[in-house]
Amino acid sequence: MSGTAELESELRARERMTLLRFITCGSVDDGKSTLIGRLLHDTGALKDDQLATLAAESARIGTQGGALDFALLVDGLAAEREQGITIDVAHRYFATATRGFIVADTPGHEQYTRNMATGASTADLAVLLVDARKGLLTQTRRHAFIVATLGVRRLVLAVNKMDLVGWDRAVFEAIEAEFRAFAGRLGVTDVTAIPLSALTGANLARPAAESPWYDGPTLLHRLETVAVVEEEDADRPLRLPVQWINRPGPDFRGIAGTIAAGRLRPGDRLRVLPSGHESRVARIVTRDGDLGEAVAGQAVTLTLADAIDVARGDLIVAPDRPAAVADQFEATVIWMGEAPLLPGRSYLMKIGTATVGAVVDRLKHRVDMDTLEPLAARRLDLNGIGLCVLHLDRAIAFDAYEENRTTGGFILIDRADNATVAAGMLRFALRRAGNIHWQAFTVDKAARAAQKRQRPAVLWFTGLSGAGKSTIANRVEALLHARGHHTYALDGDNLRHGLNRDLGFTDADRVENIRRVAEVARLMVDAGLIVLVSLISPFRADRRLARERLGEGEFLEIHVDASLDVAESRDPKGLYRKARQGLIRNFTGIDSPYEPPEAPELRIDAGARTVEETAAAVLRLLEERGVVAPE
Amino acid sequence: MPVLTHLDHLEAESIHILREVVAETANPVMLYSIGKDSAVMLHLAMKAFHPAKPPFPLLHVDTTWKFREMIAFRDRTAEALGLKLIVHVNREGLARGIGPFTHGSALHTDVMKTEALKQALDAHGFDAAFGGARRDEEKSRAKERVVSVRAPGHRWDPRRQRPELWRLYNTRRSPGETLRVFPLSNWTELDVWLYIHREGIPVVPLYFAAERPVVERGGTLIMADDDRLPLAPGERPHLRRVRFRTLGCWPLTGAVESDADSVPAVIEEMLRATTSERQGRLIDHDGAASMEAKKREGYF
Repeated sequence: MSGTAELESELRARERMTLLRFITCGSVDDGKSTLIGRLLHDTGALKDDQLATLAAESARIGTQGGALDFALLVDGLAAEREQGITIDVAHRYFATATRGFIVADTPGHEQYTRNMATGASTADLAVLLVDARKGLLTQTRRHAFIVATLGVRRLVLAVNKMDLVGWDRAVFEAIEAEFRAFAGRLGVTDVTAIPLSALTGANLARPAAESPWYDGPTLLHRLETVAVVEEEDADRPLRLPVQWINRPGPDFRGIAGTIAAGRLRPGDRLRVLPSGHESRVARIVTRDGDLGEAVAGQAVTLTLADAIDVARGDLIVAPDRPAAVADQFEATVIWMGEAPLLPGRSYLMKIGTATVGAVVDRLKHRVDMDTLEPLAARRLDLNGIGLCVLHLDRAIAFDAYEENRTTGGFILIDRADNATVAAGMLRFALRRAGNIHWQAFTVDKAARAAQKRQRPAVLWFTGLSGAGKSTIANRVEALLHARGHHTYALDGDNLRHGLNRDLGFTDADRVENIRRVAEVARLMVDAGLIVLVSLISPFRADRRLARERLGEGEFLEIHVDASLDVAESRDPKGLYRKARQGLIRNFTGIDSPYEPPEAPELRIDAGARTVEETAAAVLRLLEERGVVAPE
Repeated sequence: MPVLTHLDHLEAESIHILREVVAETANPVMLYSIGKDSAVMLHLAMKAFHPAKPPFPLLHVDTTWKFREMIAFRDRTAEALGLKLIVHVNREGLARGIGPFTHGSALHTDVMKTEALKQALDAHGFDAAFGGARRDEEKSRAKERVVSVRAPGHRWDPRRQRPELWRLYNTRRSPGETLRVFPLSNWTELDVWLYIHREGIPVVPLYFAAERPVVERGGTLIMADDDRLPLAPGERPHLRRVRFRTLGCWPLTGAVESDADSVPAVIEEMLRATTSERQGRLIDHDGAASMEAKKREGYF
């Protein structure tokens, strides 16, 4: 470089460089560290002072007999260097004149699944190392399986140490053929196999004279020329997770986010999910002036033509090719937590910019990492990969992971210590509703109930005044609430202060009283709630009426059975005394009959058991009837 | 159709990180160290939240040994952009007279930088702090997360860091935990300069070659930025044409002889350079793992 014009032109070329992210998989034994060290060195990313440090450390703690130990470059933490292990993903950077590279370097042994999945999640391409002397190992297949699971569609099989097999073409071609067959089973067809020697640099940055029979690219040439994934994303339907609402003042309301797929132009129609509201792009605002177009990969701020409700966590999509909305999925999960995944536990799920509650309802299988075959499993341990059924506490907009990494990839977060315990990939929605466009107001009882992770029901506590109905109902409600259920208590006495204030205690008024309570309970069941009704409700016919207002299995009659003597001796409100004195008329048990239920779902002997015992009995009933999940 | 360049990608990623952390934390702050990386990070923040101002203040931990040109540039920048700037000095360390010449680089850095930073973060109750560190700077940073969780007391535990997949950053914090966030994680020194060139971002003039008074100490050129430089008998600063690849406390920052007096010239020099940028930083030379040890203690 000399002269200002030439320099400027060189700089402009550098500024036009594209970016490739790739992952390297393999162990130190395969020569992976040497390969990365070589790439850094041959592209000038490794400077003299770093080489000097490396030489000094190689002499002190190296494993290559004093020669440069490139593994020391990659193993960044002191603990790792001294133990000779790699426990984490390391990032390396280098550039050529046309492309910048971000390398996620992952260890081949300890914690390999977690780290490899992490590195692969952002990779456009994976380089898998094989030792030419050893051929394909179980480990190679595992690595290929993991990167394919994470959606990496382009593989480079780097058949290393070719110098140690005399650059034998037959050795290389046998490994290549075996790997192509295996990759095909994983659904990966873009495979480039390269014979090379990381130690000598042959076929890394320079073509090897030793392999005249090989007419494919060098490793660096393949990395420099492979198409990057974002180039394809722009041709897909628009996906823009809403990240932040930009409101500097009353006159501006911007929607900020990173385009996950597709493109945007002012005037384009778009839809906000899950609400389904639609509008048009008004402006694409930047600090350097408005844009005429933005594409996948760009972080943008846009304004809409209409004042519709948009919030962080929403997904903006193309109306003609929208994402689906659902709350139950089948998903592949890679477990990264120290404690195992247990079905039934509740986690936080972060997908795009949305965070929702999620329960792994069922583990369908785990993958045996030796055979890559599915096995039945009840739990998933650290570094395990499994297929599970997920239930969310609200519906989200999504795409299958293989369609879009951003709108189909998620993490699970432990609610207690906030650790990231899993990475997951949505496969498909399990509820049919997820396959059709989510219309506003099509949320039904089942949807509301599923969101609350419970089956709505009415617990109808009937019995004499003073039998203990409200006390038991209160305790049951507290226990349900503590388990995270959504409840509401309707108490006969309290309702008479409001809704039923105009009613007395004549037979006709009692019937109307119960009709109103049953109607309110029915609405609450429709809202997905577990409703606890405490009402003397002395007449069988009225209770039957209430039962008939509700669906099959939604009405649970609980007879709080106390003898008149017991109830009257308790007399918590002094009503029996007043009734005996004739101050209250039509009092159940005194001058009005109580008709005990003939077939209640549960009968509680209120005189013989404590409140805790009876509340526990009610909860058992709810579990048996599938209203709530067993704890 | 626009094809995104590698700088476009890096820019978008950094903006995404800035927005994500602002959306998910209550009281973030940006550590502004006045250098080229901070300049780029601040520029990205101006873009990320435009037309709003970045919704957080800038924090500069002033060791009182920064180059005078840095302080002037800092105040000019905050004023020009209309941003709130918090300047924190460890008053207790100042009262004890802690300085690099009297107490050595390690103690000076520990008290006036690491301790001071922790004081400032605690005093304002910041739950997330953006920093301009890059993974390519130093080995122990190659495995640093974008969102790095710090235990109460700002301690960094490498084994408790969370895996980061896709663009999903887990910013959740338990009581007492805070976040250090590095939006420039994936940038290299070359990327930073190419971006400064592309965007026309102002940087401190010390990055460009000029005649400056320096003394040579153990092979390192130290600039006499003020009269606190203790001189050996007969020693006196000489004017040499130098510039700085990194900026910090002037007694701890080595200059390099150079003629690069513009951004393109700096980039050209870097493309030909045979040494890495941290070569000039004296605090890194205490041992290969010294940066890692500092991080565990709460250094950025």
